[in-house]
Amino acid sequence: MTSFLTLLYKEVLRFWKVGYQTVAAPALAALLYQLIFSHVLSTHVKVYETLSYTSFLIPGLVMMSVLQNAFANSSSSLIQSKVTGNIVFVLLPPISYGAFYAAYVIASVIRGFVVGVCVLLASWWFSPLTFVAPLWILVFAVLGAALMGTLGIIAGLWADKFDQLAAFQNFLIMPLTFLSGVFYSIHSLPEFWQMVSSYNPVLYMIDGFRYGFFGISDISPWRCLSVVMICYLLLTGLALILLKRGYKLRS
Amino acid sequence: MAAAIQVRQLTKRYGQLVALDQIDLEIQQGEFFGLLGPNGAGKTTLISSFAGLVAPNSGRVAIMGHDVQTDYQNSRRCLGVVPQELVYDPFFTVRETLQFQSGYYGIRKNDAWIDEILANLDLTGKADTNMRKLSGGMKRRVLVAQALVHRPPVIVLDEPTAGVDVELRQTLWKFIRRLNEEGHTIVLTTHYLEEAESQCGRIAMMKAGQVIALDRTSALLRRFATHTLRITLRNGDVLPARIAETAERRGTQWQLQFERFEQIEQMLAELRNAGCVVEDMEVGKPDLEEVFVKLMRAETE
Ligand SMILES: Nc1ncnc2c1ncn2[C@@H]1O[C@H](COP(=O)(O)OP(=O)(O)O)[C@@H](O)[C@H]1O
Ligand SMILES: [Mg+2]
Repeated sequence: MTSFLTLLYKEVLRFWKVGYQTVAAPALAALLYQLIFSHVLSTHVKVYETLSYTSFLIPGLVMMSVLQNAFANSSSSLIQSKVTGNIVFVLLPPISYGAFYAAYVIASVIRGFVVGVCVLLASWWFSPLTFVAPLWILVFAVLGAALMGTLGIIAGLWADKFDQLAAFQNFLIMPLTFLSGVFYSIHSLPEFWQMVSSYNPVLYMIDGFRYGFFGISDISPWRCLSVVMICYLLLTGLALILLKRGYKLRS
Repeated sequence: MAAAIQVRQLTKRYGQLVALDQIDLEIQQGEFFGLLGPNGAGKTTLISSFAGLVAPNSGRVAIMGHDVQTDYQNSRRCLGVVPQELVYDPFFTVRETLQFQSGYYGIRKNDAWIDEILANLDLTGKADTNMRKLSGGMKRRVLVAQALVHRPPVIVLDEPTAGVDVELRQTLWKFIRRLNEEGHTIVLTTHYLEEAESQCGRIAMMKAGQVIALDRTSALLRRFATHTLRITLRNGDVLPARIAETAERRGTQWQLQFERFEQIEQMLAELRNAGCVVEDMEVGKPDLEEVFVKLMRAETE
């Protein structure tokens, strides 16, 4: 237990010590999206009858920040340790692969939450928000962040260099999060693109999360939960197998 | 009593390259053991397999009787490794680094022992300095400290003195000798042969993934090394032709090789018969470098 807690504390301290880069910068970026998109689009776009576009935008941006930062935390920590070689410090002690997994994922969830809360508090100031079903908000935030933290572990283990990880981030994570209904409702898309979007797991995270605020969504929250849960379990299984085998860690 | 380190038929391949070729090795508790060999011999790979950092293709390793694969919790607890590369985590201070390392081994409050290690490695003044701001030698000391936080009975150092100044080398050896006297088993690899000669009780020499010599240091020296006799003759004296054939001129000195001490007598008798007067004479001890060079050459032929 002590080894798990130590690794968790180390991982949290790692991003906290450079908080301007790991928390402040992404929070600012999300606020800029908020400012620009709501300014440009609020008079043209109406997603739901009862909701202003500015309000609609907030949960999506919050969740996007949570997801991207959860992924960034575990993946960048692992790749940095691998490239600089200090990964050996956690490979020499008897830390079980389960503890290793839990420490990296929980640290990712914490980073996602810290950034998410910053974005939420700051954007609340722009537009009124409701919290119809806070439990759904929490469930999707935790599950979504854990899923992306797990994906970050897998990507961090797989990548040998920073640019491989950057490619993973730019060609997979970014498109999935941007094309997930953060800025629009999928019902506004042509049918073909609705169909394509329905294969994007991030869509279900965003939609379920948004349901917790307004009580309205494109997809039922239960369906969202099932999709996200299944994806989470699959990725966790894969991450645990890789860690147990010492994939790219113990040659 | 279990061996500190037991290696059985250990083989590790990287594609075509055989980095470790069926190594058998047993290091007893309390030994000060040296692992020597040229670059690429497989020393680091062997050490990494002690720590479970390298998965061997076949064979087994046990630390203090605990199998590295099946009983990794206990084998890792018994082992402290100082890696060859100068690695560090730039986010943290020296003390944080050591506290984390203690925590990974399940040790919560370790500050008394951490302070003692810091003092012994002359790091006390740097405890709250960020790792990034330390010189190379200082970082090396922190690596040593990290390997000791959990008081492992077996300590392995992979080239601990490479690129380290003389002063630190002495501090380091003093501390490591003390740990050895207190019962810790020490295994080290080094490029400085005189270091291995003065510190290690037993030595294994590796080449191309194999152990090509394994013996007590003194026995290795006796077996493979020749003695050197240096003589200075009276001005004008000429060395007899038979001796001159094998002698080497060093300034005013002649340097002669011999294997057994009886040979000195014969040589001196020959000199006397030739009318030479010996003004000065010294007998050089065999050194490990010579053994090393001989063994490496013999293996190549
Ligand atoms: N991860 C690796 N992949 C491929 N080859 C390796 C790897 N690690 C070591 N080697 C090779 O194995 C051999 C032994 O290396 P090493 O154990 O580092 O030698 P030493 O420490 O004695 O200098 C070398 O030829 C080296 O190139
Ligand atoms: Mg080496």
